[in-house]
Amino acid sequence: MDARNFTFMFYGFLAAWVIVLLYVISLARRGARLKKELDEVRKITSQSEQHADRH
Amino acid sequence: MRDKLAIGLAAAAAGLLANNLYQMFMVLPDEALQGAIYRILFFHAPAAMVGMIGYFVALTFSVLYLTSKNLIHDSLAASIVEVSLVFSVVNLVTGSIWARIIWGIWWTWDYRLTSALVCVLIFFGYLVMRRAIDEPTQRARLSSALCIFGCVDVVIVWKSIEWFRNQHPGPVLDFRTGGGKMDPAYAHVFWMNFVAILLMATALVLVRTRQEATSREIDSLRRLAHTAA
Repeated sequence: MDARNFTFMFYGFLAAWVIVLLYVISLARRGARLKKELDEVRKITSQSEQHADRH
Repeated sequence: MRDKLAIGLAAAAAGLLANNLYQMFMVLPDEALQGAIYRILFFHAPAAMVGMIGYFVALTFSVLYLTSKNLIHDSLAASIVEVSLVFSVVNLVTGSIWARIIWGIWWTWDYRLTSALVCVLIFFGYLVMRRAIDEPTQRARLSSALCIFGCVDVVIVWKSIEWFRNQHPGPVLDFRTGGGKMDPAYAHVFWMNFVAILLMATALVLVRTRQEATSREIDSLRRLAHTAA
């Protein structure tokens, strides 16, 4: 059997896992960004509510 | 609760994948005609099937959005499309690597491969379009329409190996052929890997839908802050 047969099988497995891994990393980064954004918006909202209460 | 379910599903998928990899490399022999590279098919075909199932579930939520106008259905459809697209890309890339050895070429414009590529491009366009539209109801309406259109191509991808003469192999799975085209030992590992990939995709969809819920919360808080100001 062609020696490249096993090598290309390895490339196939590697490609599959790299694609999934890159997506998982992008999901984790997006999750962290959204959490940070949510905290900031919550802070702004509570400040706006306090400001409205005073008036 | 959703986080625990996602972690549970991911752990189950990891355990099953570890066992499947052991079966693939330590138990199953090389295939007589293809050699070692046939093992790529344990990821190539299940990734395609998981992607297609995902597109049809997304189609269901898109139709539900169009009938109910509930944005949660739109968010679910978008989350499922995104995860399905990842597995469709895995399918195309692994198929191309397999083809390089078995056919001697990376790519050919046959019906199955071309329709699968068109499917990836349609759903990639779906995600790009969602980023380009800010207004949520307009985004949801157009996304639902595009998802329905994309699913027509998914049917063509699925049936192309029966409808047309292709470079791509014809159906081999028992539920399409009535049996006899795949060794039972290979079929067992194949279906176990399908379950593992389906569990992994479900865990990813759960994480993604949670992010969509967070995005909706951010949008509503922004509107609240804007109104209060």
